[in-house]
Amino acid sequence: MTQVKMTVNGKPASGDVEGRTLLVQFLREDLGLTGTHVGCDTSQCGACVVHVNGQAVKACTMLAIEAEGAEVATIEGQAAADGTLNTIQQAFQDHHGLQCGFCTPGMVMSAAALLKDNPKPTVAEVRHYLDGNICRCTGYHNIVKAIMAASGQDVAAIAAE
Amino acid sequence: MYNFDVERPATIAQAVKALSTEEAQPMSGGQTLIPTLKARLAMPSVLVSLSGIDEMKGVRKNDDGLLCIGGGTTHTTVATEAAAHYPGLAELAARIGDPAVRNRGTLGGSIANNDPSACYPAAVLGSGATVVTNSREIAADDYFLGMFETALHEGELVTEVKFPIPQASHYEKHLQPASRFPLVAVFVAKFEEGVRVAVTGASESGVFRWTEAEEALSGSFKSDTLKDLTLDGSGMISDLHGSGAYRAHLATVMTRRAVDAISD
Repeated sequence: MTQVKMTVNGKPASGDVEGRTLLVQFLREDLGLTGTHVGCDTSQCGACVVHVNGQAVKACTMLAIEAEGAEVATIEGQAAADGTLNTIQQAFQDHHGLQCGFCTPGMVMSAAALLKDNPKPTVAEVRHYLDGNICRCTGYHNIVKAIMAASGQDVAAIAAE
Repeated sequence: MYNFDVERPATIAQAVKALSTEEAQPMSGGQTLIPTLKARLAMPSVLVSLSGIDEMKGVRKNDDGLLCIGGGTTHTTVATEAAAHYPGLAELAARIGDPAVRNRGTLGGSIANNDPSACYPAAVLGSGATVVTNSREIAADDYFLGMFETALHEGELVTEVKFPIPQASHYEKHLQPASRFPLVAVFVAKFEEGVRVAVTGASESGVFRWTEAEEALSGSFKSDTLKDLTLDGSGMISDLHGSGAYRAHLATVMTRRAVDAISD
């Protein structure tokens, strides 16, 4: 076992992990942060997307040891301490950007990564960026709408594809 | 996954030393290797993670005008930092996998693995690049030896790739949407001294140069010059996504489109 230390949602976190322990396992099983989901476990679906040093990564395809010293952000750190949703989360609620909600943590984290680098994306850019996030309920349309709304853009005119 | 120990060297020298132990395996971004480990298709006792080696990261132009990219540079970094120097290469990098995969996956990892459907081998071979390792330099034409086979020795690391910058280039990819790998893709690079055409995703021997097309295009750089050229479907990958003949045909279509994209 090796001790790893990292910052998760602004707070120090540490634990003993095996070489093979995935970042997502460490977050869920050691830290109890079960908001990050494991959907496919083969880096296709994106339900496990978290940020490592500000970049979106699939936590099922990164070893916990490799996050040593990193700043990790998960879905649990998105809302305010009193539970007030952040802009992206609120937009997902307002625009019905989820049904079962399983993919939502990854969608929100991917959306946050996109809007950080590209604050006013086009619809096409949003769809392209979500290439690695799979949703089996919504047909994506309302997710795209929610992200456009979160970026402060008018969504009334967005037609379904 | 079977368990293993992880070493995180900070320099190339430390990594080479760590890899001298038997059953040690290097890992760059891990976007292919971690799924492989999960499937128990590899069982190293020591995994040497290269992600902490800063001297293997970065994009720079050297005095000879070559674009030198560290083996540990992520696709995201190449997509951004190579854009001003070599747009065809940056656009290829920007379309590998998905954004989260591009934030971890690396150039060196891709070409060390040499997946027969990977994107980067097409750019490296199509540019006539030089693969730099911890011990030598290997011309792209001598580097790719077959499906998942390269000229690398055990424990040898791709530390850098040096790309000559063409006058124009384009990567045309027919996506296999489930894997996000190309079903077939073609990299066309137009240099002053001639044209290079590299095809990935098609052959059972991995990436290859389509020399007939190169000769035709070096004479006249128009897609029409290719209209009578065909590729043989034997030796092409045949699976549920497409037969060998289909892939051979697709490679010719992708080549023409790439040429059109450059000519337009």
